[in-house]
Amino acid sequence: MTTHYLVLSALLFAIGGVGVLVRRNAIVVFMCVELMLNACNLAFVTFARQNGNLDGQLIAFFVMIVAAAEVVVGLAIIVTIFRTRRSASVDDASLLKN
Amino acid sequence: MGESITFWVLAVVSVAAALGLVFSRKAVYSALMLGVVMLSLAVLYAVQDAPFLAAVQIIVYTGAVMMLFLFVLMLVGVDSSDSLVETIRGQRFWAIVGGLGFAVLLALGIGNAVVGSPKGLTAATQGGNVPSLAELIFTRHVFAFEVTSALLITAALGAMVLAHRERTTPKPTQRDLSRQRFIAFGKTGKNPAPLPGPGTYARHNAIDMPALLPDGSISPLSVNRYIARYEEARGTLSPEIARVLEQEETEQQRLNGHGTPTVAEEAADAGPDTEPMPEESVVAGRVAGPRGESAGESRSEEDGK
Repeated sequence: MTTHYLVLSALLFAIGGVGVLVRRNAIVVFMCVELMLNACNLAFVTFARQNGNLDGQLIAFFVMIVAAAEVVVGLAIIVTIFRTRRSASVDDASLLKN
Repeated sequence: MGESITFWVLAVVSVAAALGLVFSRKAVYSALMLGVVMLSLAVLYAVQDAPFLAAVQIIVYTGAVMMLFLFVLMLVGVDSSDSLVETIRGQRFWAIVGGLGFAVLLALGIGNAVVGSPKGLTAATQGGNVPSLAELIFTRHVFAFEVTSALLITAALGAMVLAHRERTTPKPTQRDLSRQRFIAFGKTGKNPAPLPGPGTYARHNAIDMPALLPDGSISPLSVNRYIARYEEARGTLSPEIARVLEQEETEQQRLNGHGTPTVAEEAADAGPDTEPMPEESVVAGRVAGPRGESAGESRSEEDGK
């Protein structure tokens, strides 16, 4: 059963990665990053049960905290960019190019 | 047996929802799909002896994080759909190929790894799941836990600083707004008073009933143009209203030759920008709404006609 969980986690992670690469809307890119973090959490929880060690669940807990902080700051940045550039597309924020 | 049924159902649901998240055109659908994935992962945690994480997943992710996403989505504009233009040629194709390759690689690697049957957490969680986790957090990992609180405070402060916006012009008072309306009246003859409500003095107070003037005739200002257009298309427009609108139109065409806009004409083409506003404050009004009261006022005027 452990293998099944890990394969599911890998699939979700790959789908999230494709989403980050393919989508241009900054909010959707953020959602895909969240999906990847969730996939990692699933792997952590699976390994915790596999090895009979609670540390995996603890790490998943910390990942959740960091993800929440990251979402708060990231969305605030997106709102700020949207205010000045009137767009939530990642292609438009290219002032640092060249 | 029960676990494998749960797993297969939730695995199919979560992978389908994840694909929907990536490939749905509308951002709100993506957010809902992400919610589905998070909920199914919460159930998978609960199945795998992690009830505390399952609860936290539901409370933090589907509760707080999803709400935050939806708030920002509504703020930034639900209709801000993706551009279909590829900025880098072939990027989409190669991204999907790379993702598939990565998934196959990971799945094969995991499939080839020899894993025994899971040890289970019964030995590690002698006093229950939550007390054991608490013991770990407050003894061995207490420093990381404290640092986490600093991180959360920093994140909250950062979000407040980033989202804060200093007002550069003083907030217009009712006096200023009234003055603006009368300046507009002096310049263009635009009606400074609120438009007559629909159904005033009429037999019904429904939105599709025009207001009657004291002499019993229909006030053209109060005819709801959207409803009139709809009824005209369906052929259910009452002949009196049609006559009033027609009269008004011919009068406008006659007056347009002289180049003086009438009150009725002004009201007819008054959009959301009823009041002359500087470009900057219109933009501000759409995002943060410091001019919310004036925007609401012009909207209610528009509804009233």
